[in-house]
Amino acid sequence: MIALTTDLKRLGDVKAPAGFADRVLAQVGVSDSYARFETVLGDVYVAWNRQGVSAAARSASAEEFEAWFRKDVGRPLSRAVAPRELAAKIQDELNGKRRMRFDLRGLTPFSQAVLRKTREIPRGEVRPYGWVAREIGHPAAVRAVGTALAHNPIPYFIPCHRVVRTDGKIGNYGGGGPEAKRAILTLEGVRLQRLQEMAGSGYRYQGMKSTKIFCFPTCYTGRHALEKNIVWLRDEASARAAGFRPCKVCRPAVVA
Amino acid sequence: MEGVDGFFERMVNEHQDRIFAASFAMTGNRHDAEEVAQDTFFRAFRALQTYPPERIRDLKERAWLHRIAVNVVRNRVRGVRPKVVELNGSQPDRSPGPEAHVMERMQIDELATRVAELPIRYREAVVLRHVRDLSYAEVAEALGQPVGTVKANVHRGLKLLRGDEDDRADD
Repeated sequence: MIALTTDLKRLGDVKAPAGFADRVLAQVGVSDSYARFETVLGDVYVAWNRQGVSAAARSASAEEFEAWFRKDVGRPLSRAVAPRELAAKIQDELNGKRRMRFDLRGLTPFSQAVLRKTREIPRGEVRPYGWVAREIGHPAAVRAVGTALAHNPIPYFIPCHRVVRTDGKIGNYGGGGPEAKRAILTLEGVRLQRLQEMAGSGYRYQGMKSTKIFCFPTCYTGRHALEKNIVWLRDEASARAAGFRPCKVCRPAVVA
Repeated sequence: MEGVDGFFERMVNEHQDRIFAASFAMTGNRHDAEEVAQDTFFRAFRALQTYPPERIRDLKERAWLHRIAVNVVRNRVRGVRPKVVELNGSQPDRSPGPEAHVMERMQIDELATRVAELPIRYREAVVLRHVRDLSYAEVAEALGQPVGTVKANVHRGLKLLRGDEDDRADD
């Protein structure tokens, strides 16, 4: 007992258990937590922190998701119980209501701009890569837009699947390949076959005879138009020549 | 926001062992210690959200975090005595075999249990002064008590740990 104070000092050398700091940081939301959620798309692993949702993937297992997250996002990650509120938000988001906040830290300003713009594309509609490039003020950066979308850390919720090629090909998809992209777009109500057939023949826009406005074919303003009132148009120049002006909602061309 | 997050992350990594050790000595077992330590950092984080930058800059982190930990313990054990853990025939080290590590861990756990059985005012003082090795001034700050009170409580706590029960009536 003479060495009581020495013993007490040894007690002070006790270390926190492994992973303690990570759990604390995840609890307050400084670092990321993740859980598996059942959705209309099947099981999706979603990571989040205080800023918002930070990643999503349809991984085969929790281990696979963790490995991908650590490599791609480059932050530690802790598994958590799925919060009910987030589950509801995920449900709403996939049903077309936009309620989610995102954490896009770690991405370049360009990638962030691409993803924010992509988020504006409504459910059931698609836009070309070139549209995203023009809308964010980098009209020549079409390939860079493709790259940014290919590395979208939050597919399904930031709808990179709604960005397609103008030639009617579906384009690549980081969230599970072209087949998955096709399946999700169909689920969202895009008439893909019609879109692809017309694009394959060189028609990119549809004009409304009554209003003299031309739109992207999936723009909701033209969705209920009768086929006999629709004129298919090849490009902006011929559309304008025929007396059509671009739609102010889907903005197929710069609105003068 | 980024600034506070970064500050907090650094603080957790830097102080996690200290706060865990203090929590362990005050609660007497590793499970409760983790709860207390986690709660401590959780409260610290919430407090930081409300502090102006000058206050964060001038923060005496060690004393501040220990003070939060002490409060967490005070709040959770109010009226509850720590359980006495039976350690049947825990003998001192016989051989430095593979069990040496386990033995040391058992001794440490046993000591933590004994410390945790001290009345709370002695316990806090002994843990901060001797387990955590804070100066009397820092302990006084963390506990919000005068230095003289802290010294007296440390002294009585150590006496009790040595098995000298006489001092208990003094207080």
